[in-house]
Amino acid sequence: MKVFRTVRTAVNALRRNPMRAMLTTLGIVIGIAAVIAMVEIGAGSAEALKKTISTMGANVLLIHPGTAASGGVSFGAGSGVTLTPEDCEAIIRECPAVRTAAPIVRARTQVVYGNRNWVPTFIYGTTPEFLDVRDWTMLAEGDLFSQRDVLNANKVCLLGQTLVKELFEAQSPIGEEIRIKNVSFRVIGVLSRKGANMVGMDQDDIVIAPWTTIKYRVTGSSLGNVNQSSQAGSENQVNTLNNLYPGRQPSLYPQRSAAQEANNPMPVRFESVDQILAAAHSTEEIQAAIDQITEALRERHRIRPDESDDFHIRDMTEMANTISATTALMTKLLLLVAMISLVVGGVGIMNIMLVSVTERTREIGLRMAVGARGGDILRQFLVEAVVLCLAGGVLGILLGHGGSMLVRQLLQWPIETSPAAISAAVIVSATVGITFGFYPAWKASRLNPIEALRYE
Amino acid sequence: MQLIDLHNICKTYQMGHVAVSVLKGISFEVGSGEFVALMGVSGSGKSTLMNILGCLDVPTSGEYRLQGLEISGLSADQRALLRNREFGFVFQNFNLLPRTSALDNVAMPLAYARDHLSDRDARRRAADMLHRVGLGDRLDHVPSQLSGGQQQRVAIARALINRPPVLFADEPTGNLDSRTSEEILKIFQHLNDEEGVTIIVVTHDANVAGHARRIIRIHDGLIQDGAALLRPVKPRQEHLVPETRSGEKP
Repeated sequence: MKVFRTVRTAVNALRRNPMRAMLTTLGIVIGIAAVIAMVEIGAGSAEALKKTISTMGANVLLIHPGTAASGGVSFGAGSGVTLTPEDCEAIIRECPAVRTAAPIVRARTQVVYGNRNWVPTFIYGTTPEFLDVRDWTMLAEGDLFSQRDVLNANKVCLLGQTLVKELFEAQSPIGEEIRIKNVSFRVIGVLSRKGANMVGMDQDDIVIAPWTTIKYRVTGSSLGNVNQSSQAGSENQVNTLNNLYPGRQPSLYPQRSAAQEANNPMPVRFESVDQILAAAHSTEEIQAAIDQITEALRERHRIRPDESDDFHIRDMTEMANTISATTALMTKLLLLVAMISLVVGGVGIMNIMLVSVTERTREIGLRMAVGARGGDILRQFLVEAVVLCLAGGVLGILLGHGGSMLVRQLLQWPIETSPAAISAAVIVSATVGITFGFYPAWKASRLNPIEALRYE
Repeated sequence: MQLIDLHNICKTYQMGHVAVSVLKGISFEVGSGEFVALMGVSGSGKSTLMNILGCLDVPTSGEYRLQGLEISGLSADQRALLRNREFGFVFQNFNLLPRTSALDNVAMPLAYARDHLSDRDARRRAADMLHRVGLGDRLDHVPSQLSGGQQQRVAIARALINRPPVLFADEPTGNLDSRTSEEILKIFQHLNDEEGVTIIVVTHDANVAGHARRIIRIHDGLIQDGAALLRPVKPRQEHLVPETRSGEKP
C-alpha cells in the first residue's frame, strides 16, 4: 500500500514533466533495446548454426590418411594411402564408442544424363553406413544400395537433390541410367534435401555409390593402387572390373609379362580409401571414440610407440565449436557495448535527477515541513528514478523485440526470443535506476527544510 | 504547563568566521487556543523564532517545551513526525505543488502521517478540508488556475489536513491584496474561535497583527513586549504529543 502510494507519487511527479522524463529515459530505452535485439539475433544465429552443424551429421569424426612424401617432397594432407576398408570395419568392430563408420572414396568428374551434364561437388564411393553416419537415412525416393552392391561393385547410385534438378529437371530419376566418366550407373534412390553446410557448400550436390564401383570402375587405377595396376598388368589374368570399361589410365611403363611378375613380384598392397567417416554414440563419447580409433589404427598399421600416427582424426564438432565460440564472442562484445550505453543512460538519469532535485528544492522543503522524514524524501526520489528506468526498460524491451522482429521480416535473419534476456533487462534497468538515482535522492534527503523552503 | 514554553532560546549562525547571533535569549509561553502574532521588522529574528517554534530548526541553546516535552533532544525524524502531527504551516508564497490538483495538494501531508488513511478516506478528508475553506468547487483545479487568495486557502486546508492543534503562518498575507488578506485572516479567526486551533502568525503588518489576541514584538533578537500571558487558557486535549512522549519511536 505504502509502496503503491510512493510509486503513484513518483509517477505523478514525472507526469508533471513528461517530455523531460521521456528524453531522460531515452538512454535506457536505447541501451535495453540494443541488448534485447543483440541477444535475440545472437541466439537466433547460434540456433541456426547448431542446425547447420547437425546437418553434417552429429558427433562425426573424419579420419584422413597421413601425409605421403617422396624424396623430401610432401604431397600434402590426405595424400597417404594408409587407410583401408578393413580399417573401417575394424573401427566398427573394435571401438565401442563408435556408433558406425563408413569408408569414402572420392572422385570429381563429369556426370552425364541424356544431353545434360554436371560436375557434382561430391562423388562419394562408400558403404550403406554412410547415410547413417551423416544422419541422412531419410530418402526422398527409392532405396539405398546394399552391402552386396558394395561387394559386387554394382553400378548403382543415389543422387542428391541438386543433381536431380540439374540433370533431370526435377523429374524422378529412379531407374534412369546416368554416366559417370563414361561408366553407366542406374539411379536407385534420391537423397532428401540437406542444404548448405557450415562453410556454405551445397551438401545436396552429391552422388553416392558403392565405394568399390567408384574406386575400380570410375577412378580406375588411382594413385598408389599398386594391387590394381599389377592385376591390370598381368595379361594372363582376366580383370573383370577394369578392362571391360573405359576409365583406365594409360600405363607409363611397359607391361610386364607373367615371367617378369614371377621373377620380380611387386609387393601386393592393400586397397586404400580416401577417408573414413565415423560417428560417436554421443557428444560426450567423442573423445573416447578418438582415443579408441587411434589405438585401433595404430595397432593395425603396426606403428611403434615412438612413431607418429600415419592418419589424422578430425572432430567435426571442433569446427562447430570454433564457429560458435566466435559468434558467442561477437555477441558478448556487442553486449558489452550495449551495457556501456546503459551506463551512459544511467548517467543521464543521474544528471536529470540532480537537476530535478535542485528544481524541486522548495517542494522538498515543503514536504519536510509537513512531516516528511529524510527517508521519505530519499525513497520518493529513488522510486522516481527506478520508475523512470523501469519504464525505459519496458519500452526498450518492446523496441528491441520489435527491432529484431523487423530484422527477421526484412533480412530473413533467424531470431530467438530470450526470456532470460528480458528478465535480465528488467533487473539491469532497475539496478541502473537505483545506482544512479541514489546520489540525487540522498542529496535531496539531506536538504535543510528551512533553506529548501527559502530556495528561489 | 503551557502548550509552548520557551526559556532563554538563543540561535547563532556561523557565517564563515563570524558568529551572527539572531536570537539572544527569548523566553515566553503560549497557551493552548491562543492567537499570537510575532511582530518585528525584517531581520529582527521573528522568522528564525518561528522556525524553531515549528521544529524546523533547533535552537543553539535554551529550552523549548511543547506540552512539557523537551524538543531539543529529538532527532530529525522525530521532529518530522511532530511537525506532521502537531503543526500546520502556511507560507507567504503558498508553496503548492505545481501542476497538481488542489485535492492532491491538500492530501499530500497524509502520505507522511503515521496512521495511513485509505485512498478514499484521504480524498474525502481533503475534499472536506477544501469545503471548509470555501473551495468545495475547485477540487480539481491546479494552482495556476487559482487566484492568490484561493491558493492560500488551499495551503490552509493542507495545513489543517492532519488536524493539528497548532497552526504557524509566516507572512500569510504578504502576497495578497488587502481584501483577500481580510478573508484569510477571517478564516484564521474562525479556526481560532470555533475550533480552538492555536495560531501563531509571523508578520510585520500591524493590520494582520491586529487580528491576534496577543502581539509579541521582537526587536534585534529580544522580546520587546507581549511575553506575558493574557489570560488563563482552557487546555485542549485533542491529540497532543502523546505518541512521542510515551516513548514510541517515530
